[in-house]
Amino acid sequence: MFYSPLPMHIPDGFLSVIVSILLWIVSIGVIGYSLRRVNQDLNERQVPLMGVLAAAIFAGQMLNFSVTGGTSGHLMGAAIATILLGPWAGVLVLTCVVSIQALIFQDGGLLALGANIFNMGVVGVAVSYFTYTSMQKILGKSQWGIFASGFAAAWLSIFIASLCAALELAISGTSPANIAIPAMGGIHALIGIGEGLITVGALAFLYASRKDLLDKTSTKTVKGNLVWGVGLVIAFALAIISPLASSHPDGLEWVAEQKGFLDIAQGPLYNIIPDYVMPGISNEAVATIIAGIIGTLIVFGVALGVAFSRRRSTT
Amino acid sequence: MHHSINIDRLSFAYPDGHTALQDVSLHIQPCEKVALVGPNGAGKSTLILHLNGILRGKGEVCVCGLEVKEPNLGKIRAMVGLVFQSPEDQLFSPTVYDDVAFGPLYQGLSPQEVQQRVDQALEAVHMSAYADRVSHHLSLGEKKRIAIATVLSMQPEVLVLDEPTAGLDPGARRSLINLLRELPLTMLVSTHDMLLVNELFPRMVIMDEGRIVADGETTVLMNDKELLEAHGLEKPV
Amino acid sequence: MHIHFLDPFKAIDSPIHELDPRVKLVLSLAFILTTAIIPHGAWPVYIFLLAIIFSIVILSRLGFIFVLKRSALALPFVLAAFPVIFTIQGDPLASFNIGNWQLIISLQGVERLLSITLKSWISIQTAIVLASSTRFPDLLMAMRAIHIPRLLVAIFGLMWRYLFVMADEALRLLRARLARSGDTGLSDKKSGGSLAWRAHVTGGMAGSLFLRALERSDRIYNAMISRGYDGDVRTLPQPPLGSSQWAALIGGLGLLFILLVLSIIL
Repeated sequence: MFYSPLPMHIPDGFLSVIVSILLWIVSIGVIGYSLRRVNQDLNERQVPLMGVLAAAIFAGQMLNFSVTGGTSGHLMGAAIATILLGPWAGVLVLTCVVSIQALIFQDGGLLALGANIFNMGVVGVAVSYFTYTSMQKILGKSQWGIFASGFAAAWLSIFIASLCAALELAISGTSPANIAIPAMGGIHALIGIGEGLITVGALAFLYASRKDLLDKTSTKTVKGNLVWGVGLVIAFALAIISPLASSHPDGLEWVAEQKGFLDIAQGPLYNIIPDYVMPGISNEAVATIIAGIIGTLIVFGVALGVAFSRRRSTT
Repeated sequence: MHHSINIDRLSFAYPDGHTALQDVSLHIQPCEKVALVGPNGAGKSTLILHLNGILRGKGEVCVCGLEVKEPNLGKIRAMVGLVFQSPEDQLFSPTVYDDVAFGPLYQGLSPQEVQQRVDQALEAVHMSAYADRVSHHLSLGEKKRIAIATVLSMQPEVLVLDEPTAGLDPGARRSLINLLRELPLTMLVSTHDMLLVNELFPRMVIMDEGRIVADGETTVLMNDKELLEAHGLEKPV
Repeated sequence: MHIHFLDPFKAIDSPIHELDPRVKLVLSLAFILTTAIIPHGAWPVYIFLLAIIFSIVILSRLGFIFVLKRSALALPFVLAAFPVIFTIQGDPLASFNIGNWQLIISLQGVERLLSITLKSWISIQTAIVLASSTRFPDLLMAMRAIHIPRLLVAIFGLMWRYLFVMADEALRLLRARLARSGDTGLSDKKSGGSLAWRAHVTGGMAGSLFLRALERSDRIYNAMISRGYDGDVRTLPQPPLGSSQWAALIGGLGLLFILLVLSIIL
């Protein structure tokens, strides 16, 4: 089989009903809004453009390159789709890709589809957009500015999306946060490098052959205050919830109790909050988060450094 | 009595400044079958895209007595059946049925009428058994036939085909030629297939560098060796 | 060169294949939802669920081995759930000492892991049967019937149509790369280039794939508006459900409801 997906599509059975349904609601809202926005911009071009590009991203995921020891790097595509099409169209394209993967190839569950769309289509795209546009503002539209922003957007989109998946597993009581977050984050920090390199390769190709496609990105998408906001909220939420979830699972239970959820939660039907304890983990979880942040900063730093030095040498 | 296709002094330049059509005039009678030949880049495909208003240049284009402009576009697109070169682009629906039904649906016909049109169109291209098939799994020859059915279902007055025989094996090409001969419609066909021109089209129009350089009876033009060679063409043996 | 293996649909004559796609989609989703709602450790209900899905697999005549192989897709995630056997507090079953660490396997932990694995396995089999017994165009119709936005369904449809076309193109690119990936055969000359170079080449392939997709979408757009497309998604009305299909729908939902009630009583 040529097709080998990222280990990020959560199957059914791993998420609690509440988490699944909440994320379905969020995803449906974002998809609905995106459909409206893209329809305004593209009108009757929307269906062919979105459909064919979603197919291309899917096919692009078949293109892989060997890394080492039988593992290979390949593409999720949130960053490249967002850079080429803007955030709203990016959401739709990724939604289609993730949905078809679940429906036809059972890559990710159907009840968990809302969560998978949220991780890759909403968070992945928001992070890509947020990273790419803010770095573009700093670096300008030089060739290296585009490549550096593209790499950072691709890497972060994978990394943060995987953290979301890990958090959802933890909140569902499927995988202890102190293990899920570092494991998922660690694997995808590596996978993200492959994503980044392919994204830069694709951008380099498009820069050489159809530079106009890359120039359009910002003009097509501005008025993106909402997306900036969503990006910030996600970043903050992750920064706060991840350590909280991994070191104080009781904290979540406490929130549930305060909100009066617990009565329902303890009923036989629902099992929102898992009762596991994690002795002596808080440090480890905090360390993971810090490692993640440091990793992010390093990627940003290196990307910015490369871009700045190139920019200086070309001007 | 109106001409089926009336083009007067049409010129067109692409946004990048490249001039694709210059002062093109062409008149085609109802039920006339005309071949459009010329080297690659002569402007044949650009001219075809003007016939239903996908591209609009300077000059006048009338189809079946209607001027090609905004308020008429819906009617004109139903009257001009445009079949693109690659059936992969023409067949964009999941199944053959959906694709053939697409045009009639957007003409606002009732479900019964749509059904009828689909049956007739598939019958006309001898592909009735293929309604439920998935386009991807068809052969190129089958795809080309279905592509023609997708416009026949709109019951057009004019059929415009871009490179209908390109890439077909001899058998598929032969059956496509037979099919084109059967269809009682005004036809403008852009092609490199000079044998096809000789066999099917009494009149041929030669284009080169955005202009019409010759327009006349096929039997006459085919014997003008100098003219053909000057425009990258060849008389079939 | 055609990619057929991407399409999981198997044309077999079976009662499951004959079920109306709308009924099948709703029942599949309801079955997966029920499986998710039933609490961890409700073993008697799990046996019912397994019995139901096994019978469906057998009825569909897809072959148990086929379904089993495909369902292995969810396996890596079981690994992610594995640590719960240690982290959930409860009656200790066994304990290991690794250095200063003491790992205690709890009964409740094992129960949780088994429940998750079973739920996941039951759900993925449902999805496999749905995808392998329903043609995708029919699934699209079912999606419209349950009021997924028509615009989104139209995009799904177009995507599915061009999935194979784009996959063929990707395959051609991969073959072209392979055809030019020569090896000198000399041990001192390393072939394949650096990792960054390989990634760059692959990225270039992805870029050209997207560019071709963009150009193709223009041509498809032309073909669509040539046939009167105006941005509004129109489809033929769907045939009404027959009485036997209604019976299957209501019977299926009823059964799932009974199972839910059972899981509460037990």
